[in-house]
Amino acid sequence: MTREWKPRLVAFFCNWCTYTAADLAGVSRLKYAPNVRVIRLMCSGRVDPQFILEALAKGADGVLIGGCHPGDCHYVEGNYKMLRRFQLLKRMLQDMGIEEARVRLEWISAAEGDKVRQVVNEMTETIQELGPLGMPGKSEQWDREVEHLAAAMQARDAAQGGCCSAPVAAEKAEVAHV
Amino acid sequence: MSKPKVAFYWCASCGGCEETVVDLAEDILGVVEKVDIVLWPVAMDFKYKDIEAMEDKSIVATLLNGAIRTSEQEELALLLRRKSQFMIAYGACAQMGGIPALANQFLREQILQFNYEDCPALDNPNKTRPTMSLQDEGRNPHLPEFRNVVRTLDQVVDVDYYIPGCPPTPKLTKAAVDALLSGNLPPKGAVIAPDIALCDECERKATKPTDVAFTEFKRPHQTLADPELCFLAQGMVCMGPATRSGCGAACTSGNMPCTGCFGPTSRVRDQGAKILSSLCANIEAQDEAGINQTLAGIPDPVGTFYRYGLAKSILRRRVDLSMTANG
Repeated sequence: MTREWKPRLVAFFCNWCTYTAADLAGVSRLKYAPNVRVIRLMCSGRVDPQFILEALAKGADGVLIGGCHPGDCHYVEGNYKMLRRFQLLKRMLQDMGIEEARVRLEWISAAEGDKVRQVVNEMTETIQELGPLGMPGKSEQWDREVEHLAAAMQARDAAQGGCCSAPVAAEKAEVAHV
Repeated sequence: MSKPKVAFYWCASCGGCEETVVDLAEDILGVVEKVDIVLWPVAMDFKYKDIEAMEDKSIVATLLNGAIRTSEQEELALLLRRKSQFMIAYGACAQMGGIPALANQFLREQILQFNYEDCPALDNPNKTRPTMSLQDEGRNPHLPEFRNVVRTLDQVVDVDYYIPGCPPTPKLTKAAVDALLSGNLPPKGAVIAPDIALCDECERKATKPTDVAFTEFKRPHQTLADPELCFLAQGMVCMGPATRSGCGAACTSGNMPCTGCFGPTSRVRDQGAKILSSLCANIEAQDEAGINQTLAGIPDPVGTFYRYGLAKSILRRRVDLSMTANG
């Protein structure tokens, strides 16, 4: 049985604005797509680009970052740092074949519970249209390319009952060197 | 008593790492005195069959340089791994993919087409490409297969130690050989170089501003660099803060910014993401247009930040590239 694919989003929300907004959405009983896993950080400036890459590599189909509006950062300029990183990261991800819409940065204040709902719903829909990113499957596929030869060499050794005897014709014939 | 056996091998590499071994200069005599070199294709004639005939683990250490791109390189890496007590990834390519790993941005077919058809300096009217097997007057020579993906050594076999650099310095090489011969070894998996950022040994360190505010990024050919001032203070991309030290700050003392060949320190998983993070955070502009204008000075972020480390990065390869069968 194959399970139907559904978008999987990882969200990094800052403690002071967006996470509080998500809380507000919760106590306001707003319903939004269940596809998002929220990780609370103290500030959007704490979002190391490594986190975003790691999330994508480990199977996220999209990453959402939420921070305070410009000028509102609890730590004065953490959100600006995130914005600057985001601008270059977007370009770099495109160069690596990842669609721009998969990583999104939004400013959501503590009062904007409804914006959390709207942004998560929108992004879930966008990713649904884009389809899975599927990086874990891809790196497995890349790894498989080398497994065959390793297995063949192991089989050859086993057939010789050790590997110190004279080499016999391998499954892959001897390589020529130019 | 017979001397300990050592092997040098090269895969997808330029030969620069081999040059470092030669750059040991007089010290190489000390090394040769203490060890038997059983394989060193760049300098001496050995047959793979001789290696195959050796007992497992009978080589003390293999120093393998170059990324792994072809089936032959894989085969030799597997063989040498089996015959060696210690497998050492020697140089940036074996450690992180190096320059050859930038090819992970392209399809295998794109690379073959350019090199055998489109390259302007090429004289190949029949567009002949190498084939893996052919019949020629009763002989049947084989060529290795060109893989889809460029790999680091540790993505193919188990690696004991890493000696970083493009190329590693003679000093690090000698220290590693001495450690091997004396048995005074660091824990498995260690990178044999100081675990601190390059800035620590850069002679410009004193001029590194505590508060950088980039208004533009200049590339080395666009400006005359001040020979003493920290490159970051001059608005140049220097990988130093995200790169391991141990090279003796060779580039920065030659008035060129660091390009990152020693890879990250042990606390950083992805060197490119880390330097991107550091440089961008310190841009002066606060609005998108201003930020993008400053960032226009970095036209190729992948090539700049992952110049030596794409195969070892979190993403490894352009994700929308397919895999093709033998061709």
